[in-house]
Amino acid sequence: MISFRVNSKQVRFDGDADTPLLWVLRDHLQLTGAKYGCGIGQCGACTVHIDGKAQRSCVLPIAALANKSVTTIEGLGDENGQLHPVQQAWLAVDVPQCGYCQAGQIMATVDFLQKHPRPSDEDIDNNMSNICRCGTYVRIRDAIHQAAKLMQKGEQQ
Amino acid sequence: MTAPESADWLASVSDKDVTDPGRRRFLITGATAAGSLVLGLPAGGEAFSSSDAAENRTRQIGFFVEIAADGDVIIGSNQPEIGQGVRTALPMLVAEELDVDWARVSVKPMPLGLLKTADGYTWKYGGQGVGGSTGLTRNWDFMREVGAIARQQLIRAAAVKYEVAAKRCTTRPGYVISDDLPRDIPYGELVKTAAALDLPDHNPVLKDKENYRIVGTRQKTVDAHDIVTGVARYGIDTIKPDMRYAVIARSPFLNGRVKSFDDTAARKINGVLKVFKIDGPEPGAPYLILASGVAVVATSTWAAIKGRKALQIEWEPGPNATDSTDAFWQQNEEMLKGSGQIVTDDGQYESAIETAHKTVQRSYQIPFVSHAPLEPQNCYAHVEKDSCHIVAPTQMPGGASRAAAAVTGLPRENIHIDISRVGGGFGRRLSNDYVAEAAMISQQTGWPIKLQWTREDDVRHDFYRPGGLHEMRAGLDETGKVIAWTQRLASASKHFRRPNKPDDGLWEPELYPDDFPRRIVDNFRLEYFHHPIGLPRGSWRAPAHTANAFVIQSFLDEIAHASGQDPLQFRLDLLGKDRELEYDGHGGPTYNPGRLARLLTFVATQIGYGDKRKKDRGVGLATHFTFGGYAAHAFEVSVDDAGGLIIERIVAAIDCGLAVHPQAVEAQLQGGTIDGISTALGLQITVKDGQVQQGNFDDYPLLRIAAIPARLETHILPYDDVPTGVGEMGIPSAAPALTNAIFNASGIRIRNLPIADQLKKARAG
Ligand code: FES
Ligand code: FES
Repeated sequence: MISFRVNSKQVRFDGDADTPLLWVLRDHLQLTGAKYGCGIGQCGACTVHIDGKAQRSCVLPIAALANKSVTTIEGLGDENGQLHPVQQAWLAVDVPQCGYCQAGQIMATVDFLQKHPRPSDEDIDNNMSNICRCGTYVRIRDAIHQAAKLMQKGEQQ
Repeated sequence: MTAPESADWLASVSDKDVTDPGRRRFLITGATAAGSLVLGLPAGGEAFSSSDAAENRTRQIGFFVEIAADGDVIIGSNQPEIGQGVRTALPMLVAEELDVDWARVSVKPMPLGLLKTADGYTWKYGGQGVGGSTGLTRNWDFMREVGAIARQQLIRAAAVKYEVAAKRCTTRPGYVISDDLPRDIPYGELVKTAAALDLPDHNPVLKDKENYRIVGTRQKTVDAHDIVTGVARYGIDTIKPDMRYAVIARSPFLNGRVKSFDDTAARKINGVLKVFKIDGPEPGAPYLILASGVAVVATSTWAAIKGRKALQIEWEPGPNATDSTDAFWQQNEEMLKGSGQIVTDDGQYESAIETAHKTVQRSYQIPFVSHAPLEPQNCYAHVEKDSCHIVAPTQMPGGASRAAAAVTGLPRENIHIDISRVGGGFGRRLSNDYVAEAAMISQQTGWPIKLQWTREDDVRHDFYRPGGLHEMRAGLDETGKVIAWTQRLASASKHFRRPNKPDDGLWEPELYPDDFPRRIVDNFRLEYFHHPIGLPRGSWRAPAHTANAFVIQSFLDEIAHASGQDPLQFRLDLLGKDRELEYDGHGGPTYNPGRLARLLTFVATQIGYGDKRKKDRGVGLATHFTFGGYAAHAFEVSVDDAGGLIIERIVAAIDCGLAVHPQAVEAQLQGGTIDGISTALGLQITVKDGQVQQGNFDDYPLLRIAAIPARLETHILPYDDVPTGVGEMGIPSAAPALTNAIFNASGIRIRNLPIADQLKKARAG
């Protein structure tokens, strides 16, 4: 039995300890925002935050989650339904095409901007590695810059 | 086993066994219990008599447009959304003609609608299916007419209610207006009256382009909020009560079979419920599913995957056990030494090439590639005694219903298909093999199941873009003008195990005879050699255009260089002025090479084609006509001494006639460009010992953001007032513009795709 938090709620899982977090989220907790794309840590569609850090949940056995705190895309906005600035920027730029990769892209970006609050294009190139099969990269780049600006504004207020 | 949903781009879009009832004639109106006006197509088979009460009629309406008493508008979206923006663009057309504020519109996905008729089936909500970039063009008139009829109905309602003349009334967004009316009347106040009126039997008047308020404006993707908050539902997100999870261990050998298997260990895995064999098709026979295998059904996806890993399966490698792409490429060369099927032969090719002042000959190789949509194949199926429910990410819901019917033996009218949002299509989901598999497993177990493909399943069991070797030859006169042209292609035809396809028609999906420069070069010949291989083939975004544009646009560059001409001017001379040339294939009946010339000039100017550049920097151009739309690319790249490639800048331009939803047009152009370079740089599927060698994104490396230049500019060049499709136009000219730029920068000519490490090797000498 493993006990951990997901989007501020305490949850328990008593299945096999090698079950990847992704499938626990999707099949058992019915949180389907994190997506399955490759299962080997390559694409980032399954990105969630573990104690605030972006991780690829498809290669994370649930055994490693004991007492950790997980945030998924469903829990990224605040309690009042206010979107995270990265989500706001994603909407403003209208990033999604099929949209399948976007939850992972957004979760990766939130973590990235914590470490690089004023990112250069080079920072983006060196740190953002999630795959988008539809090729929304131009707008992802724009949205990252916009989100960075939104977050700076937020801090000044 | 019966014929599959054809993966043929167009044949399947037109879904031949479903007839079109002449849609507008069947539009009817009614009112909902809440008092909304509904305009739609009859959901029952029978016609309605005008004496039926409006409320009675409504219950039988296949929902389409609903106008609520508060003025809110809901528009049904009948087409699969695969990221092309159709769920936004089509409702924009309705809203435009209805004359409402886009902000008041919400969009609701609709299921597949099929009606049984005396001799087959007819569409309930208009034809449903997306492929060949036709989603918008096929519905352009219909959607506008639906909106215009609803508007007309509201005007007539105002006229009746206020006893004024309908012809003296018009609308502004959301209101019927007239000097004769006491005030501007909100649509909401008119819905009840409108619902009780019969529809007029004459065609509505459609707006002129000048009066558009929504079409051609930048609108946000309808489902964007759901996507960024993680609540958008894709097929893979389907969860139903008592649902079990299934995976299949499929034969790794092309056309291999399960010889025997031992499931002792698999059954011991926690959560594994059932394990059983799935018979595949006979090798070479038309397929419903692709491969023989063993299904594992479990209480969770992970348990099913673990159970599959624990299976001991002995495979019968079958007739393609020694197939390899290495041998395929060698044999192509052998084949081209002989003579093939002449499929087009204009003028006097032989004598023209013999008497030519100069000839140029080159060969180009196009690899097999996989679709790899980011959402792997999956399907929910619940087969019961008399009915079946399917939720599938599919481009062809009609094909999904056919596949489920073939497997279960149920009549199609008893098969309910819900179309989920789709995590990428690219042509992969024109085939519904995964729907057939899911229906089989549900029927066999009696359970509602969700079949999940892993990424490895997806990459190894695809309908790949056909690989081929193209031999090009051109003859020039003294002035450098091309007077003779031939393309000789040895390839594995996309027509893979299709029933009723004669051998002499296998060339049809591989060579589109009317492509440029036919009818411009007088002596023109196309020759085809079909080269079978066990690897399944299908429609991959813009099918043969991706191969042929690369070949033709590279060869033009090579001819220009070989004859001392400037590659841009040489192309412009060939393309010539505006005029319509016959084009029999999809996208015809004519095309205008002048529109290509205009785009080419535009991108060349934008990128500074004639500018002096540093050593190791270069620019390259290409343009292509794809399924009715026109596009061009200019690339600027640098290649360093070690063969390191940097794409510095890309200018892409599209002429799609009228851009209905410019936001999506740009997205498709960006995405197509990136798909083009991603594929050209690193992607190919190879076969060894009868097995596909790639399996996941580690060995099938889709591009990531770092490889995409920050300077990727897209431009829409408007033309006329009718839209063309946009989903595929952005891809074909990207790769040749890139490799032409590489040549300009480095002197290295890429003739075989993917580029992979060819530059490094060439630099290393
Ligand atoms: S699904 Fe986890 S990285 Fe691809
Ligand atoms: S939007 Fe389709 S994969 Fe990124």
